[in-house]
Amino acid sequence: MSAIERTFKSLFLAELLSGMALTFRYMFKQKVTINYPFEKGPLSPRFRGEHALRRYPNGEERCIACKLCEAICPAQAITIEAEPRADGSRRTTRYDIDMTKCIYCGFCEEACPVDAIVEGPNFEFATETREELLYNKDKLLANGDRWEREIAANLTKDAPYR
Amino acid sequence: MIVGAIAFYLFAGMIIASAVMVIAARNPVHSVLFLILSFFNASGLFVLLGAEFLAMILVIVYVGAVAVLFLFVVMMLNINFVELRQGFLQYLPIGGLVGLILLIELFFVIAAGITDPEVVALASAPIPPLSDLTNTEALGQLIYTRYVYLFQTAGMVLLVAMVGAIVLTLRQREGVRKQSIARQVARTREESIEIKTVTPGSGI
Amino acid sequence: MASLWQGYALPGIIILLQILAVMLPVMISVAFLVYFERKTLAAMTLRRGPNVVGPFGVLQSFADFIKVFFKETIIPTGANKVVFLAAPILTFVLAMIAWAVIPFSEKLVVADINVGVLYLFAISSLGVYGVVMAGWASNSRYAFLGALRSAAQMVSYEVSIGFVIVTVLLVAGSMNLNDIVEAQRTIWFAIPLLPMFVIFFISALAETNRHPFDLPEAESELVAGFQVEYSAVPFVLFFLGEYANMMLMSALTVILFLGGWLPPFDVAPFTWLPAPFWLIGKIIVLLFVFIWVRATFPRYRYDQLMRLGWKVFLPASLLWVVLTAGVLVTFDWLPA
Repeated sequence: MSAIERTFKSLFLAELLSGMALTFRYMFKQKVTINYPFEKGPLSPRFRGEHALRRYPNGEERCIACKLCEAICPAQAITIEAEPRADGSRRTTRYDIDMTKCIYCGFCEEACPVDAIVEGPNFEFATETREELLYNKDKLLANGDRWEREIAANLTKDAPYR
Repeated sequence: MIVGAIAFYLFAGMIIASAVMVIAARNPVHSVLFLILSFFNASGLFVLLGAEFLAMILVIVYVGAVAVLFLFVVMMLNINFVELRQGFLQYLPIGGLVGLILLIELFFVIAAGITDPEVVALASAPIPPLSDLTNTEALGQLIYTRYVYLFQTAGMVLLVAMVGAIVLTLRQREGVRKQSIARQVARTREESIEIKTVTPGSGI
Repeated sequence: MASLWQGYALPGIIILLQILAVMLPVMISVAFLVYFERKTLAAMTLRRGPNVVGPFGVLQSFADFIKVFFKETIIPTGANKVVFLAAPILTFVLAMIAWAVIPFSEKLVVADINVGVLYLFAISSLGVYGVVMAGWASNSRYAFLGALRSAAQMVSYEVSIGFVIVTVLLVAGSMNLNDIVEAQRTIWFAIPLLPMFVIFFISALAETNRHPFDLPEAESELVAGFQVEYSAVPFVLFFLGEYANMMLMSALTVILFLGGWLPPFDVAPFTWLPAPFWLIGKIIVLLFVFIWVRATFPRYRYDQLMRLGWKVFLPASLLWVVLTAGVLVTFDWLPA
C-alpha cells in the first residue's frame, strides 16, 4: 500500500467507518439471547444441579448410611448420623447438606454405591434466606420425589458411558 | 425597574460575600469554588449592563478554563493553608501597598466622574449606539481598529509567557522509548509476518 | 395590584410554564434515550436488551428510576458533604439550563439571545465542575482519579470545540442560534465544513465523556470513576445530567452543522412536517451515532486521548479557522 493511499485512508477515517459498518450489519443479525425464564438452554444428562435423595420404587429410601459421600465431600458439606432401625436395617437419622458450602463437584454421586444421593437437573433453587440453603433429610427426600422422573431418565441416558 | 435593581444588589452582594469567603475559607478547594461563584456573579453583572458577550467570555475563559486549572492544582497539591497563613503579617506591607494603589485608582475614576460629567457620558456610551450594533460587533470594531496594536501586544505577551513556561519545564530525557503511532498504523501484514515451513525435528 | 399581576406575576408564570415545557420532555426523553441505547447496543452485540417491562420493555427506564429513587442516599464518611451533594445538582442544572436557548423552530425558543452559541459553549465548559467536585468530595481514590482525568480531558477538547464554533460563526456571521440555522438555508454547514463537523462530533463525544472517551468513568479501570460513591437520587441526577448533556451536544451539532430545524430540502413533501420535528429527528439520528460509536470502538488510552486532542484536533481546527477566514475574505463571501 502506497503512502498516499494510506494517508487518504486515515484522513477519511476509512478504518473507523468500516468498523462502524460491521457493527451496523450485526444489528440486523439473528439474536443469540435465550428468553430465559420462558426459554431454557439444553442440559446434559450429566448436569450437576440441586441434590436429591432417591427412593426405591417401593418407597423405601435408598441411602444405607455408608457415609462414603460424607467422606469424599471435598467441601465437607455433608453431615450424616445413622442408627439401625427397628427392622434391623441401617438408615440415616440425619442427612444434611450445606448448600452454601457445596461446590457441585458430583463426588457424592460418584461415591454412592446405591445411587441414593444424586445431583439433579434443577438449578433454580435460589432462596431469600441463607438458612433455607441448609438442606436436611426431609428436604432432600422431597427433592428426590419431585425430580425422580428426570433423574431416572438422566441416569439411564448416561448409563452406557459409565 | 425593580427587578433590575434587585438583581444588581443580589449579584453585587454575592460577589463581595464570595470574595470575602475566598480569603476566609479554611479549605483551599472551597476558596477556589467561592472564586468561581464570584466570577459567575460578575458575569451576571455584565449581563445586567447589556454586555452579554463579555459575560459569556468571562464564564468561558475564567470559569471554564482558568479556574478549572486552579482547582486541579489545588486539589492535587493538598496545600496546608493554615501553615501558609503564618507568614501573613510578613506580606502585609506589600499587599497593603497594592490595595492602596487600587483604591487610589478607583478613587480617581469616581472623582473624575463627579468633577467632569462628560467623562461618564463618554465612558458609558458605546461608540456606535447599541440599537445599531450588538455589543459583540461593537467590541470587535473597537479592538481591531483603535486598539489593534495594544491588543496584538497583549497577545504577544501571553504567547511569550506560554513559550517561556514550556521552555522552562521541557527536559530532554535520555533513553525514553516513545510510541510512534504513525509507524504502527502503517505496518502491513507483509512486513510483520513471515511464514516458514518447518521440517519436523530440525527447528527453524 | 393589577400592575403587579400584569408586570411580574403573569410573565413569571409564563416563563415558568415555558421552562417546564422544555424540561419535562427532556427528562422524559432521557428515559427513552436510555432504553434506546440499551436496545441498540444489545442489537449490535446480538442480544435482545430489555424486553420485559411494558411492551417491548419501553418502560424499563421508568422502573429503574423508581427503583433507584427508593434507595438510600449514602454519604461516605470523610466526604465533604456540601460539595458532595452540590456536584450532582450542578451537573443536572447545567444540563437543563442549556436547553433554554435551543431553537425548536423559528419562534419556539425560550430565550432567543444574541450570544446563544457562546452561552451553550459556556454551559458545556462548566460541566467539568460537576465531575471534579464529585471526584474531590467523595474522598475516594477512584473518584479522584476519574475527576482528574475528566478535568484534563474536558478542558483539552473544549479548545478544539471552541475553534470549530469560531469557524461556524465566521461562515454564519452571527452568534444567534436562529440566525445560524437560517444561514444554512442554501446548504448545511456539514458539507462545506465537513472536517470541522467530524472534529466537532468527536470532540462532543469527549466532552460528554462518552465512549470511546469515557475515561472518567471507565468501568473496567476506575469502577465508575467520579460517581463511584453516589447512590440513589444524587446518582439519578448525574445520570439525567449526563444523558441530557448528550442530547444537548447532539442538538448543538444539529444546529451548527445540520441545519437545525430546517427540512433537508426546501420543497413540498419535506416542508409539510413542522420544524421541531426535523430538529428532533436529526437529534435522534445523531444520538444513534453516539450509541453506534459506543458499540464499535474500544476505549482510548489516556495519553492517546491527549495526543488526539492537542496534537491532531487543535492544529487541524486552527488551520481550518485560518483557511475559512482566508477563503471568506478572498472571495468576499463574508456574511453581512
